[in-house]
Amino acid sequence: MTDTTAPLTTADGRPLKAALAAAQSRARRKAFFLVAPLLLFVVVTFIIPIGQMLQRSVYHDGFSKEALNLAAWFDANPEGTAPDEAAFAALAADLRQMKDNKSAGEAGTRINYTVPGTRSLFTSSARGADKLEPPFKEALLAQDKKWGDPLIWSAMRAASSPWTSDFYLIATDRARTADGGIEQVPEKERIYIWLFAKTFVLSALITGICLLLAFPIAHLLATLPMARANLLMILVLLPFWTSLLVRTTSWIVLLQGQGVVNNILVSLGLVSDDGRITMIYNQTGTIIVMTHILLPFMVLPLYSVMRTIKPSYARAARSLGATSWTTFRRIYLPQTLPGIGAGALLVFILAVGYYITPALVGGADGQLISNLIQFHMSKSNWSLAAALSGMLLLGVLLLYWLYDRLVGIDKLKLG
Amino acid sequence: MKKLLAVSTALTAIAAPALADVTVMSWGGSYATSQVEAYIKPYTAETGVKVNMVDADNPATPVKAMVEANNVTVDIADVEYADAIRLCDEGMLEEIDPAMLPPAPDGTPATEDFLPGALTDCAVSTIVFSTVFAYDTSKFPEGPKSIADFFDLEKFPGKRAMRKGAKANLEMALMADGVPAADVYATLETPEGVDRAFATLDKIKKDTIWWEAGAQPPQLLADGEVAMTTAYNGRIFAAAVTEGKPFAVVWDGQVYEYDLFVIPKGAPNLEEAKKFLAFATDTQRLADQAKWISYGPARKSSGALVGLFMDGKTEMGPHMPTSAENLTNALPSSYEFWVDRDSELNERFNAWLAAN
Amino acid sequence: MASETRSDDFVVFDHVQKSYDGVSLVVKDLNLNIGKGEFLTMLGPSGSGKTTCLMMLAGFETATHGEIRLDGRNINLVPPHKRGIGMVFQNYALFPHMTVGENLSFPLEVRGMGKDERETKIKRALDMVQMGAFANRRPAQLSGGQQQRIALARALVFDPALVLMDEPLGALDKQLREHMQFEIKHLHESLGITVVYVTHDQGEALTMSDRVAVFNDGRIQQLAPPADLYERPDNSFVAQFIGENNKLTGAVEELSGDKALVRLSTGELIDATPVNVTAKGQQTLVSIRPERVEFKPEMMPPGAHMIDATVLEIIYMGDILRARLRVAGHDDFVMKMRNTIGQTKLSPGQQIKIGWHPADARALDPM
Repeated sequence: MTDTTAPLTTADGRPLKAALAAAQSRARRKAFFLVAPLLLFVVVTFIIPIGQMLQRSVYHDGFSKEALNLAAWFDANPEGTAPDEAAFAALAADLRQMKDNKSAGEAGTRINYTVPGTRSLFTSSARGADKLEPPFKEALLAQDKKWGDPLIWSAMRAASSPWTSDFYLIATDRARTADGGIEQVPEKERIYIWLFAKTFVLSALITGICLLLAFPIAHLLATLPMARANLLMILVLLPFWTSLLVRTTSWIVLLQGQGVVNNILVSLGLVSDDGRITMIYNQTGTIIVMTHILLPFMVLPLYSVMRTIKPSYARAARSLGATSWTTFRRIYLPQTLPGIGAGALLVFILAVGYYITPALVGGADGQLISNLIQFHMSKSNWSLAAALSGMLLLGVLLLYWLYDRLVGIDKLKLG
Repeated sequence: MKKLLAVSTALTAIAAPALADVTVMSWGGSYATSQVEAYIKPYTAETGVKVNMVDADNPATPVKAMVEANNVTVDIADVEYADAIRLCDEGMLEEIDPAMLPPAPDGTPATEDFLPGALTDCAVSTIVFSTVFAYDTSKFPEGPKSIADFFDLEKFPGKRAMRKGAKANLEMALMADGVPAADVYATLETPEGVDRAFATLDKIKKDTIWWEAGAQPPQLLADGEVAMTTAYNGRIFAAAVTEGKPFAVVWDGQVYEYDLFVIPKGAPNLEEAKKFLAFATDTQRLADQAKWISYGPARKSSGALVGLFMDGKTEMGPHMPTSAENLTNALPSSYEFWVDRDSELNERFNAWLAAN
Repeated sequence: MASETRSDDFVVFDHVQKSYDGVSLVVKDLNLNIGKGEFLTMLGPSGSGKTTCLMMLAGFETATHGEIRLDGRNINLVPPHKRGIGMVFQNYALFPHMTVGENLSFPLEVRGMGKDERETKIKRALDMVQMGAFANRRPAQLSGGQQQRIALARALVFDPALVLMDEPLGALDKQLREHMQFEIKHLHESLGITVVYVTHDQGEALTMSDRVAVFNDGRIQQLAPPADLYERPDNSFVAQFIGENNKLTGAVEELSGDKALVRLSTGELIDATPVNVTAKGQQTLVSIRPERVEFKPEMMPPGAHMIDATVLEIIYMGDILRARLRVAGHDDFVMKMRNTIGQTKLSPGQQIKIGWHPADARALDPM
């Protein structure tokens, strides 16, 4: 044996490591070129849009690009300084600028996000900005006494930089106080934290129900002879081939007050005509329909894992003295864990971001956070929608991390 | 980007017949048809000026693109209130002096003849559509009469449906609670006023289904899912008159909004456009449009002139949001209020909805 | 030692029948007694019913008719986990999510055994199969042979009196298989347990078993110690199935006591021992083992008949030489010769005369 600490060389004296790297680099380059189109696709359609979305949640220049004079005054005077004549002069100059640029609405909208009722303050004040004469403080206060509100000054200070945490504040039911501090909004207006919690709880519940329903089905599929398993599999997959909207609407037909299920119950005399059960346009409806729609995502990974579990394991356990319950609990169940993990993660993540179904059948109390994200999108408040989405993304990533710590992501088996 | 816009607008320009003296952009469908029948045909007959109609999904979008690209090919566009204000704020529209609009036949100046809020700096309203409440006449032979009845489950038991959102609902709730229409927005500006509106909504919350698309309320009524629902008046009219459904509209406490004509900045035929605008928004033209569609004219003086629906037997007057008897307790929706309060009140509304 | 405790009815199959589809029987009227401490092998081609019998004994299949008794107790209705039978599966069925130690611990835990006792037993079982150092490994980290040992240890760790093995060595290569055969046999002897072993490999069956039950078509064709099975097959199926075998067909010419003269279809006369023939003129299949065929007249008993053969091919196999001959019109007659110094060299094309001791040629039922 030669000394193992000396670097090995090839026959012509090159270091073995270098030779190996050279030999593999061609293969590696080839592999990279094969992956490149997908990489490009993912970057363009996934990473860049998500990056832009996240940027929007912390960046809004609607006010800052129009209020340069105010920004200068805010820079010169620290937080908590009462607005003096110089500040109002800067405001007047900016309002004039906004009038000329026709941008008062846009700037006002940005302030309106944090202090409701101020958009019109900007548009109406900008309209009369030309007529403003010094002293500007009196002039502006005469125009609208809201200009004296320290809350508005605090909001303008926060908005004078395009980079802002305002949208995350709103998304966590918080608001800036007049002195620049942060407080929770009045209880009646708190919605986001609660809705996030509700979204996660409901999704967990739906995941749980899906697991309970999918486990026996998947087991049956995995143990039936191939021909019959395939037939049953088609039934499981059938919902996949139907439009989501059609499926959701069919549930409405089934579950509504005058719907099929209620009609049957009434005709059987199980419920009275006045006592028809409300199963849709509420949380129950959301849970039922989402469970149905997401069920295949639980069945498939479970099935693919269960199919690989040989029946001899169960037989071995029985022969070793285990009852059928012990066999299930200690032998079968642990072996299906990768499938359970994959299915649960898949269903949960899909449920957390689900939008159409709760919108259609959720009614008043079946709404999820995604419905509010959509609402803010439709109201052109993209920054808040982005902040809410950012938090949702964070929640899902957190969950993913937790799963990795508890179960191990390498154990994930998606089919 | 600008180049792309220029190209696309240039293509639109090619598509438009070169002989047209005025080009109007509207929403297509039966609504555009009503405009052609009521405005364009008489105008051409009277003046010989050709007016061309082009369609868009939402005319505000191409108008904004055209103005930004400095290549405007449209003289008049039909837009929603929110867009009219926004585009005007952004300086993309010509300002319109109300003095150029013809007075009512009795000499009332246009500023007074148009319904409150129908004239803005840059836009002239043509029609009014309304959020009203409607009920199933087979369920209530002695139907509800006032907006308060909608919130009265004892007098009129049965499920309700409302639009899922704060707008119009809060106003209706306040009117039902006895706030005069004129004071509704002033009341809503105060926290106590908002609490008052939600307290009224609380009365029917447990029995209410929330709709989102305009097509849902007539369907909910037809399915028997609800006994009463808020809805856009045109949808109920269509279901009741065209499909013969037993639906009736209660106009008390209606909240109405406008659709408006605007002139984009840089319109190629500005003067002709103004003339057409004045003609199209006179008393007779607005009244004529009701023959083709169940939206109300934006002028008070047009109400009396509204005739029959195109089926030749339905008297349109009672179906108009703007007819005098329907306006006794009616509220023009305030765009200014809602741009200021939209997020705040919708957050409150959603929190209220979600709380059990 | 094992034979002292042997009684002949530790496991009893009493008129057992099994049908899966209600139309045909997979097991037809099985009667089998297995003694305590015995190593019994069920041998047969696939589909012969041997595995079904094993599964009925283990409790994974129920008998359609008849009774299975273990240690005098009817176990037809006893669920598998209450039978206390150790079992080794074809693919070992080691639980993949448990370590080797946990796998062995499992049967002890379900029996409610305390921790200390478990650890003692696990250690003893692992040492028994020389796998003491592997308690913390996962099955996937072990080689096939190692997994096999663990499976064996797991089946034995709870001290069952009866251990069933379902083709346990099928997945191993030849060398390892032979080694394991020896180890299993050794364990059986040292522990004094009863083993019921299923295989389709006749070599395995002959090496390991006290007795072999040859299965075919749902029936036991012959139940006998390995030597009897090889040298005295009861019927032509057993003769064919166990070992190599030359067959010649003909009719019984003369029959007297334990001697028979058979005239082949080509006219030659040969000697045979009558097994399944009872009368003159009967058709029969005569079976002769290749290593019992002689071509030197001086080795033949006096008066024995010899017939003509042509050497077609000689295959050198190291310890033996294998000659393929044409005999009575057939090209597949095989003769084995020991490769000794001075062994007569044959070459292809050579004409010789062959014969055998009448006791080595068995006149069986015509197939």
